[in-house]
Amino acid sequence: MIQFERVSKRYPNGREALSNVGFFVGRGELVFITGRSGAGKSTLLKLIALLERPSRGTVSVNGHSIGALQARHIPAFRRQIGMVFQDHKLLADRPVFDNVALPLVVAGAPLKEIDKRVRAALDQVGLLGKERMLPVELSVGEQQRVGIARAIVGKPPIIVADEPTGNLDPDLALEVMRLFKRFSEVGVTVLVATHDLHVVREFVGREITLANGQLTAGGVDPLPSLVASR
Amino acid sequence: MTPVALVTRHTQALLGALGRLARAPLATVLTLLVIGLALALPAALGMLVRNAESATGRLGRAVDMSVYLRSSVPIERARQLAIEARAVHGVARVQVISAAAGLRQFRKYSGFGAALDALPSNPLPNVLRVVPQPRSSGAVALEQLQRTFARWPEVSMVQLDAQWVMRFDAMLAVLHRLVSIAAILFGAGVLAVIGNTIRLEILNRRAEIEVTKLVGGSNAFVRRPFLYTGMIYGLGGALLAWLVLEGAVLDLRAPVAHLAQLYGSAFTLSGLQGRELAALLGGGIVLGWLGAWISAHRHLRGIEPRA
Repeated sequence: MIQFERVSKRYPNGREALSNVGFFVGRGELVFITGRSGAGKSTLLKLIALLERPSRGTVSVNGHSIGALQARHIPAFRRQIGMVFQDHKLLADRPVFDNVALPLVVAGAPLKEIDKRVRAALDQVGLLGKERMLPVELSVGEQQRVGIARAIVGKPPIIVADEPTGNLDPDLALEVMRLFKRFSEVGVTVLVATHDLHVVREFVGREITLANGQLTAGGVDPLPSLVASR
Repeated sequence: MTPVALVTRHTQALLGALGRLARAPLATVLTLLVIGLALALPAALGMLVRNAESATGRLGRAVDMSVYLRSSVPIERARQLAIEARAVHGVARVQVISAAAGLRQFRKYSGFGAALDALPSNPLPNVLRVVPQPRSSGAVALEQLQRTFARWPEVSMVQLDAQWVMRFDAMLAVLHRLVSIAAILFGAGVLAVIGNTIRLEILNRRAEIEVTKLVGGSNAFVRRPFLYTGMIYGLGGALLAWLVLEGAVLDLRAPVAHLAQLYGSAFTLSGLQGRELAALLGGGIVLGWLGAWISAHRHLRGIEPRA
């Protein structure tokens, strides 16, 4: 589903965030990307969502190299990926419903379907009934779940989450991770970047570890089909 | 995307833009006022020129020649000459004003009745009033006609004031050019005002634009509400300009009619006609769209999500 081949990313300021990283993630896998802050976890996720382009190497999503994707095709590509952020990036002046509905609205979904799917997504994260509230009226954990609902509402085949539990206490963090586990069980490929090793150890999931931009564990799998069926 | 979905998202963009403008009424009204006045000025100038044209058009048709016959020419001969004059190319009508009729009119309008009574005989000659055909009422054609009649032996003098028609035509040409220049200058001003307003709006909504792009919103999707905002500004400004002009016309109508009456004309000032109004409103919408598009094209590019 996601393949990195000898991928390096050097930022304009000269810092090399990733060097020569290669790995494969199969469909329906739940993969944790761990490492200290600054190890390159966020950069790795940004490369998948085309928020950044690699300096060298090839990133493939769903069997296609995304390096040559033209700018006008990027929006449609991003709709295939649900993104969750540590600061959740909700629109503060819009109610929960509008926030969650945004990916469907930009995709041009019919209103009836939007209504149905937003409620379904909110139901999955346990926030049904809070559609009309503003993000600031919710707790931090609830805001994060709104962000997750927004990521899954378009039923993307891939979810990437960058430190989704960074601001949450351990109980809430576990709850959020359980959600990701559930998504992976229904066939969604989930990549979660986190430095929260306690939470990771609670789950049966593959762990890719980065240190100073280099892959130190859980990298290229010689038999990706085995991984996919694990 | 289905047509229904397309209409839905355009409606959403339009309603969203309207909602945002309504939530900041003071700023919206001020912007509309600036745009409205900028559009009203060239439109008013254009309307003025058109009114001047129609006023002088009527005067132009009223241009006629007084062909004074020698006082020795009797009225019978004058009537005969009138028949000949009618046959001259470019002449529409010829009216004989006999010396007696001329005297009656003069007595009635001049107030010199008593003085005229003191004269031993009628000092006025017989006169032919020649009305040219409308297409021959241009300055050159009139002068040609004038020369034709002046060559007749029975004619002592042909009175025609064509100079002012030429001057007026030239003035109108200048005014036409002025309208074009004003339209271009103020149109550019409207573009700048709308472009700048949209630029500020884009900067204000930077976070929202980033998130929208993050979840897969295309440039077209992000741009759409701004284009509608621009078009609403343009249309609103044009409607305001129309109101201003109608108010001005209403206020000016009576004094202008009075002025025209003093010149013996039934001319009345008219406001924007259907086609002019359509041009004003359409121009406003196009300027609004264009200003917003330029601004959105320039400033939306710079906003890329940085997660």
